Amino acid sequence: MSTLRTRAGRRLIIGVPMLWLVTLTAIPALIILQFSVSQMDVATLVRPWKLADGVLSVKLDFNKFVFLFTDPLYLQTYLSSIKYAAVNTALCLAIGYPFAWFMARSREAARPALLMAVMLPFWTSFLIRIYSWKALLANNGLFNNVMLHFGLIHEPLHMLNTQFSLCLGMVYTYLPFMILPLYANLQKFDVRLLEAAADLGATPWQAFWRITVPLSKNGIVAGSMLVFIPSLGEYVIPELLGGPETLMIGRVLWDEFFGNNDWAMASAVAVVMILLILVPMAVFNKFQNGAAEGEKR
Amino acid sequence: MIKLFSRAWMAAVYAFLYLPIVSLVVFSFNESTLVTVWSRFSLKWYEALLRDEELLAGFTLSIKTAFLCGLLSVVLGTFGGYALVRFTRFRGRILFGSMLNLPLVMPEVIVGLSIMLLLVMAQDLLGFGQRDMLTILIGHTQLGMAYAAVVIMSRLRELNPALEEAAQDLGARPLQVFFLVTLPLIAPALLSAFLLTFTLSFDDVVISAFLAGPGATTLPVVIFSRAKFGLNPTVNAVASVTILVVTVGVVLSALYEARLRRRRERERRADWEEPSKLSKPTTTNHEWKLTEETR
Repeated sequence: MSTLRTRAGRRLIIGVPMLWLVTLTAIPALIILQFSVSQMDVATLVRPWKLADGVLSVKLDFNKFVFLFTDPLYLQTYLSSIKYAAVNTALCLAIGYPFAWFMARSREAARPALLMAVMLPFWTSFLIRIYSWKALLANNGLFNNVMLHFGLIHEPLHMLNTQFSLCLGMVYTYLPFMILPLYANLQKFDVRLLEAAADLGATPWQAFWRITVPLSKNGIVAGSMLVFIPSLGEYVIPELLGGPETLMIGRVLWDEFFGNNDWAMASAVAVVMILLILVPMAVFNKFQNGAAEGEKR
Repeated sequence: MIKLFSRAWMAAVYAFLYLPIVSLVVFSFNESTLVTVWSRFSLKWYEALLRDEELLAGFTLSIKTAFLCGLLSVVLGTFGGYALVRFTRFRGRILFGSMLNLPLVMPEVIVGLSIMLLLVMAQDLLGFGQRDMLTILIGHTQLGMAYAAVVIMSRLRELNPALEEAAQDLGARPLQVFFLVTLPLIAPALLSAFLLTFTLSFDDVVISAFLAGPGATTLPVVIFSRAKFGLNPTVNAVASVTILVVTVGVVLSALYEARLRRRRERERRADWEEPSKLSKPTTTNHEWKLTEETR
């Protein structure tokens, strides 16, 4: 048939989103890279390249990166972001895995409703839900009032703006991202394998570690990545629920950009953050490709 | 015993997920200025909301942006998703796919920063890039099209390519096939993608904060700046209104989808029972039959 027309339609369907993606993903990435090796001169940016008399001269300034790696505050922030993201992932897994398992084993007719009940809070504003935790955890908040009323404590516990409230807010936000891929995976699990293991003399614990966990590995990896990567760069939760001592990169980037107006520094922080994210992303991709090949076989 | 434990675990997780939402709605009807102490029932914060110009302006802007973002994301997501699913080989496909997926995992501060710096460059070199609703819309769509593409791609994958081929054999031009056959078949996915991206845009704080100008501030940015300085009962009222709107929307769309699924199943059963109506493909396409039966 008319190959010309086919090609035109094909070009349109590929070209339109391609143009958008290049303009808003690839070019901005290069701009961040450029800004990160630029100098800032009292809130105005000095470009690393200069075009004068037809001669292009490039002067890269790596001061921001040097600063980033020598100032202990930045290093601490990166490390503490990794720590909070890891703790969040572990907690989500510990809470979400049994939940996803029980959901996958519930009556088949009940499953869509149970699934929907997990998704529904996800649809209501994330910001508003985090804001609500502030009222629950405050010194005169609901939790403290209830515990005081029943005599469990005699003076209010300081919960808001601590590591505890930050972790709680993160687990609260990211738990559905862990549950959904795990549920999708565990739903396909054949329970007869566990019966077989029991017949062969395995304790439930052995059967869990040697059969259930290896078979649900893809769900665990997918869920963990969906939780770990975005929580590394989280800004809103630490700002609303975290304290002054809970350091996270997202906040530093924000402060450099809005507080100090140092766009070069903000870009350098972003570049290192992206490099940090590339590692788990590569692991994730490798896993996914491996899973796809495994299914083909 | 295990049954009891599993029930308790699930109940606890659901309680955890719903506690802040329920308490927020309850306290929006609280008379007291203190968000944390209940005094008595009152609608005064809803009244205050109606007089709060900043919140209302933010709400209007957010609704407009979210609606346009939903439309634009669905268009771009459909094109992008279609290209990835149907065209298995074209130059830059891997790059295309990873750029499309990137916003799903990139922290929002980076997405916001990168588009902000792009606008700075554009203003510098070309002389435009004023921050207003359009810039917020661009930023949200950058995130939204990735989510829309995921939803649409999963529907496209389970679609029978024979239907498109048949249309082509009957003389439809490729664009006709796309608009007359493919699009109607994936319409429910387009609706879910629209709802999803609408919600994402309506909820977004970080990207909006980077891209909002002095005259254009979205509702979440207003709420966020107030929340930073403490608790505010009017925020509870506006939050309850949005929760109501979203819940009704989501429940309705879920019911609609369930009805569609039931109807599809009924039709399939009818096909089995009445052999005369059996819609047998002319060519034996085992793959298609398999996916239909296992769905």
